[in-house]
Order: sequence, then structure tokens, then C-alpha cells
Amino acid sequence: MRDAVITLTCVLGGAALLAVLNLATPETSALHVSSFVIGLTGKYLCYAILALAVDLVWGYAGILTLGHAAFFALGGYAMGMYLMREIGARGVYANPLLPDFMVFLGWKHLPWYWFGFDHIAVALVAAMVVPAILAGVFGWLTFRSRVSGVYLSIITQALTYALMLAFFRNEMGFGGNNGMTDFKDIAGFPIGRDGTTVGLMLVTAVVLAAAYLLSRALVRSRYGKVLIAVRDTESRTRFLGYRPEHYKLVVWVISAVLAGIGGALYVPQVGIINPSEFAPANSIEAVIWVAVGGRGTLSGAILGAVLVNLGKTWLTGALPEVWLFALGGLFIVVTLFLPRGLIGLAARRRKRDEPTPTAVAAAREVTG
Amino acid sequence: MSLRRQGGGSSPWRCLPVVLALLLLFLPRAFAAGDPFADLASTNIDTVARGIRELAVSGSPRAKPVMAALEGGKLVAWRWPRPDAPLFIRTSNGYVDARTGAPVADPPMPVNLRPVILNDTVRGAIETAAGVLDLFSPQAAKRRAAAEALFQAADPAALPTIQRALAHEKNAGVARVLREARAAAELKSTTATIPDRLTAIKVLAAREDLSSRNLLASLQGEPPAVAAAATAAIAQIDRQLQMWQLVEDVYYGISLGAVLLLAATGLAITFGVMGVINMAHGEMVMIGAYTTFVVQQAIASAAPALNEYGLLFSVPAAFLVAGALGVVIERTLIRFLYGRPLETLLATWGLSLVLQQAVRSIFGPTNQDVSSPDWMSGFVKLGGLTLTVNRLWIILFALLVLAALMAVLRWGGLGRSIRAVTQNRRMAAAMGIRTPWIDAMTFGLGSGIAGMAGVALSQIDNVSPNLGQNYIIDSFIVVVVGGVGNLWGTLFGAMILGVVDKFVEPFAGAVLGKIIVLVLLILFIQRRPRGLFPLKGRAVEA
Repeated sequence: MRDAVITLTCVLGGAALLAVLNLATPETSALHVSSFVIGLTGKYLCYAILALAVDLVWGYAGILTLGHAAFFALGGYAMGMYLMREIGARGVYANPLLPDFMVFLGWKHLPWYWFGFDHIAVALVAAMVVPAILAGVFGWLTFRSRVSGVYLSIITQALTYALMLAFFRNEMGFGGNNGMTDFKDIAGFPIGRDGTTVGLMLVTAVVLAAAYLLSRALVRSRYGKVLIAVRDTESRTRFLGYRPEHYKLVVWVISAVLAGIGGALYVPQVGIINPSEFAPANSIEAVIWVAVGGRGTLSGAILGAVLVNLGKTWLTGALPEVWLFALGGLFIVVTLFLPRGLIGLAARRRKRDEPTPTAVAAAREVTG
Repeated sequence: MSLRRQGGGSSPWRCLPVVLALLLLFLPRAFAAGDPFADLASTNIDTVARGIRELAVSGSPRAKPVMAALEGGKLVAWRWPRPDAPLFIRTSNGYVDARTGAPVADPPMPVNLRPVILNDTVRGAIETAAGVLDLFSPQAAKRRAAAEALFQAADPAALPTIQRALAHEKNAGVARVLREARAAAELKSTTATIPDRLTAIKVLAAREDLSSRNLLASLQGEPPAVAAAATAAIAQIDRQLQMWQLVEDVYYGISLGAVLLLAATGLAITFGVMGVINMAHGEMVMIGAYTTFVVQQAIASAAPALNEYGLLFSVPAAFLVAGALGVVIERTLIRFLYGRPLETLLATWGLSLVLQQAVRSIFGPTNQDVSSPDWMSGFVKLGGLTLTVNRLWIILFALLVLAALMAVLRWGGLGRSIRAVTQNRRMAAAMGIRTPWIDAMTFGLGSGIAGMAGVALSQIDNVSPNLGQNYIIDSFIVVVVGGVGNLWGTLFGAMILGVVDKFVEPFAGAVLGKIIVLVLLILFIQRRPRGLFPLKGRAVEA
């Protein structure tokens, strides 16, 4: 209970505090928080949602996903399509129906899959349903044939790689190489205005808190206990009469939906979505956030996402050469010396009430 | 051009009509002498072209330098006609006589000179003539190239030359090309008889390539018999071309497969035999490519005579550098992570980032220039196929590396230990094998092979810090398709993937082709989760 209260306080309280400091203090004040920082915070919170999604499948179902950025980007594209339609006649070519890139490519009609995206509700539903369908089909195929371990990891990577290549194509109708950008407003609020930035950040914080509570309830339920059993010894769970593939599929789809929501919130805050969001490297970075914070601890995922990205923002600005060294080093150090992440480090003295993934893996290694 | 403009307003131009009228009297004499040099000095384009042809078949040793000068705009004639039609070649320090090559003692004034006409007609004549010159070369390869050029030109005017060359030709291959050139020229000529034309079409049809097809397709206004024969010949060529296209696709597929095989062979050891997910494998390939670059630089500065054979030194060097790095990585990183594949994956991914950035910091982010030796460049013609030599070498190299690796694993002392440790680690240890040392050596072997792959890839790909990234996913796919721990599987996996990739590409485009391959892979793993050639065992989970 205590960890949940601390996490929620940090996420919601922190977001509220930043919002107040941005809106209620004059720009000259020492306490003033610039809109740039608010935007960054919103971005980090989106990453935290993605990290939660990764942690659900990796920390609790043992599926090391190297392709979760695919679901994140799909959610982002759904939102991007809405934002493009929202531009309307204000684009460079002033076409009320077609987004600029379609006019540029000489398209005459809106492709069928763009219909309805002038309503934000449709976009939000699509941001959840499209990743869910993809994850459902993909998961059903892979879990059913008992693909697991590194094979699964590599296929997830291939999945996001394939999607990246696909979205690079202009014929797909999603802006190709350039992606979608130049958004004007979202649900009537102009993008880039201070109030909108703060609002989006607060919405993201609330969604993150809700996602956290949902995930927490999920992993503490009876379902979650079986899931952990699947993670630790899949075959034994199967012999006990459970269907591990069903348990994995459910959490996999939920995780994909979470990632999609994260992506949908991410795009209006960064103002662009392009195929590079699908890059396998992004997915792997999301894994390291979870590893740094502490795999198998939901609050750890959030902590890791925020901390690593803070470091990234600072390092890529101050010492761009060093960032990849630092990121690479982080991977090595965390896997070698911090198997339970920062949360594990903090909780080392506390009584262990639940088995952690690494402890079980180590135990299994000893017994064979 | 500048000469002409300079003289535009000067007095010689103004008295030109008179001089022209006077000297026209002497011109026929010049033609009668059949002097090609006099033709070159003419202001009539056709005469100049004829002069070039005459010069080419004359066998004069001056033909080559004169044509080179003409092509370079350095051949100059007297501005107005003269009976001796002087022709000079402008050099950096004066003029030489085009006829004799002797320096002109008394240099003419530039105002009196004009460049010999050089337009597309003349250039075309030079091109044909250059071919004709080589027709009488002592080297068969040059004669063959010349005959080929004549075939492409399909110039009826060259017919006598071709006949002459055919009479002398001893080499069967060259003679065949010459007959084809004759056929092409005859088809284009207006005087050839219908039986001649039919024979010519037969000869062209037997050639079975795109240029003969184009030539046949360009025939117009032929008598019905000839037209029908041409149509039939085109259909026959099309069938042949299609077949060659198929063979070519397979060849390109195998060539791509060889590249994948090279990249994946090392992975088949580290991932297949040891079960280590080494995401830094691509960086080992990249380091091999950079070793090639460094070796090349070192040889260029220390022993330029060995430049051609730099690659021979690069192969062992890359093996040692990447192999040593592999041993270091195993000892400092991998050995702590055995039995934890997911953690290994993450740690080695981190390592790959560090290695990339390290190379970027040392060598810079731009592509390094690795040159190809002469013996690796050029083309080989095989029937209707044109094969690039470097691809052939890479296929050969990939197979050699695989064979060498198999031999080491089968007969080598290290290979025996590696197999023992893989099959039963505890028993191997009990028999006195130092298993940790064997682990390090195995990983070093796999990394070293990746380094050798880098040498080959440096010849066909950009040597940049991202080189390895392009191959890592494909390499894993190859190993997974082939079946983990099976080198034959790796070979088949690479070849299948390469050929499928090349066959899907033409109708789906490169990017969509890649996607289709990836989707096929995902479906494939559904059916065969352990690859094409799975190792048999009793384990519930690998």
C-alpha cells in the first residue's frame, strides 16, 4: 500500500506542483517553471506510461519485448492523424480535406482508413484498438506456438522494424519519411500555447496514475499471481492445468493498449510523429528504463523512465558524445550489478514479500 | 572556339572567297591521294568522318595519337584550304605535325589555325574507329572488345574492315563476335541481299542478349520474309533473356545470401553453439571493416607495393583484432551472464552502443574509404550473365570461411574441446578441459569470424560506425531460420533468405520485400519454432 501512495503522490503531486509553478508565478520569479520544462515533463510521463507497459510484460510475464515502441508509435500515429485533420484548410496547400503531404503527393481522395479521424474520440479509440488488434494477432500466433525467450524478443524487434520500413513508404498514406507535423490545435486548444502544454501534461499525469493503479490491481489479482507463475516456470504452470498462452496474451494486449495511449498523449506534446519512432533502438531504450528503475516493480518503471530521460536530455545537450557511452554503460552496469534496479537497491534491507524475476531465474539456474 | 572568334574580324577572313576559289582547284588532288589526314582537315563533317575511318583501317601508327588529339580538341588545321592540308597537334609547348609526330620547327600563328570539326557525327566515327584500331591488336581480349564495339555501332561502313579482320582472326571466340558484328552491319546496310539478311538474323538470334534484341526490333520496312524471321528471332531471344533473368535473380540471391552467411557464421558460434545473445555481433563486423581500413592505410604508407594485396593481410588482422576483443568481452562481461539470455541481450546491446560511439569518436562519423584491389573489380561474362568479380570473391570467401570453421570444429583440438563443452560441460571439465577458457576461446572464434566478415563487407558496403547495425537483425534471422547450433542450417538459412529476398524484391520493391520477408519469418517461426534443422533433445524449454 505504502509504495502505491508514494508513487501516486510523486506523480500527481509533482505534476500539480509544476503546473502551479508554471501558471501562478511570474516569469521573473525564481520559482517559475518554464513551459519548456512542462513540455519535457509531459514527454517523460508519456515515456513512463510506455515503461509501465514494458514492465507489465517483462517484469510480470517474462516476455522481453524489444518492440513496444511499435504500439507506442501506432497510438501516436492515430493521434497524429486526428491532429492532421484538425489543421484543415490552415495547411500550406489550404486543402480543407487532405493533409498537406497527400496534396504534395498528388492524392485526390482521402484514403478510407483516414475517415472519421476528424473526431478526437475516433482517434483515441483507434490509438487503443489498433495496437490491441496488432498485439492480439501477433501474441496469439506467437504464444500459441510457444515461442519464448530470446526468439520472442527477436521477433518483436523484427515486428517493429517491419513497421518502421512500412511507415517509411509514402504509399502507406501516413506521411512517409516526414511523418506528420505542423499541428495547429487539439480539441480546440491551440498546440504550443502555455495553457495547452500544462493541460496535456496534467492529463498525462492522471492517465499515468490510472495506468499505474490498473496495472497494480492486475498484478496483485489472482490473475497476476498465475502470470508471475508463468513467468517463473511456464512449463510447471502448464502442467498444473493453466493455459500460459492465454494469460500471456491478455497481459500482452493490455500492455500494448497502454503503450498506444502513451503514444497518443506523446504526439501532441512533442508536435511530430515519424517512422523513426518505430526504430528498434527506441524499444530497447524503453527496456533499459525499466531495468534501471527495477524490473517487476511498477513504481520502478516510472522512476526509471523519468530518471534515464532526464539524464538523456541533460547529456545530449551538455556532452552529446558521451550520451551513447552513458546509455551503453547503463545497460552493462544495470544488468551486471543492479539486477533489481534502483527500487531493489532501496528496498534491499526490507523484507522480501514477493519473489523477483531475477532471484527466481538465479534459483532455477542452480536447480537446473 | 576561341581561335575562331579571335580571327572573326581579321583580314584573312575577308579575302577568304578568293583564296577558297583558288585553292579549290587543288583539293581534288588531295582526295585522289586518299590521304586521310587531308580528309580530316576538311570542313565537311562527312569528309572528316570518312577520314577517321580511313585512318583507322590504314594501320598507321599515327592513328591513335591523332584521334586522341581530335577527341581532346587539340587537333588543328589551317584556317583556309591549302593543297598540303597541314594538320597539327597542339601540345603544351608548341605544335607537332599530325602526320609524322615531329615537332614543328616554325610554329604557325594561332590566328591561322582552327580546330578540326568535332561534333556528334565525328565523335561517333572516332568511337567506331577506336574499336577498329583494336581489331588488329595482338591481344585477343582487346580484339574481342573492339569487335563488341563494332557490333554495338552496327555501322555498314565498317563492313570491309570487319571482313578483313575476320580473314585474319584465329581466335574462335573473337571470330564469333566479329561475325555478329558483320551481321549487325549487314542488317543496317541498304545493299545486303535478303538471304544475307536472313543469315544475319540467325546469327543475331544466337547471340541472345538485349542489344541484339534491340537491333532486331529496330528493323523497319523489311521484306516480309525478313520481318517474320526477325519477329521469330525476337521471341526466341525474349525466352532466353527470361531464363537468364531467372538465373541472374538466383545469382543475386546467392550473392546476398553469401553476405548474410558471412555475417551470420560468427553468430552461429556465439549464439548457436554457446547460446549467447550477442547484440554487439554487428559491431564485431564493423570493427573488422575498420581493421581493413587501418591495415590499408598502414600498407599505403609503409609498403605501397603491397597495396594490391592489402586484403590478404586484413583478413588475419581482422580475425585477430575482433577475436581478441571477443575474448576480452567474454572474460569481463558475458561470463557473468551465462544462463540469463535476456540480461545478456541487454548488456551486449549496451556494449554495441559503446563500441559504436567509440569508433565514431576515434574515426569520425563519416564513411571511411576502403579501396578495392584490381583483382576484385570488373565483370565476368557467363552466357547471358554479367557477374561482378567482387561478389564472386565474396561468395567464395563466405564458403571458405564456413568450410574452415567446420573443419576446425570437426578436427581441430579447440573444436573438439568446444564440442565437448557444448555437449556436456561437467563431463568435459572432469576430463580436464578448462571450460572457462574454452568459453572465452569459443566466443573469440565467433567474434573473429565476424571480423573477417567485416573485411568482405568493407568491399561492398560503407565502412561507417553503423555498418554492423544493418546486419544484426538479418544475421539473427538467418541463425533462427537455419536452426540454432547447426552450421549447415546457417548456410541454408542464409541462402534461402537471400534468394527469397531477391525474388520478392522485383515485384514488391526493396522495402516491401523486406517486410514480406519479415512477415514470412514470423509465420515460419510459428511452424518451426526451433528452425529448419532443430537439434533433437528432451528439454521442455530450451
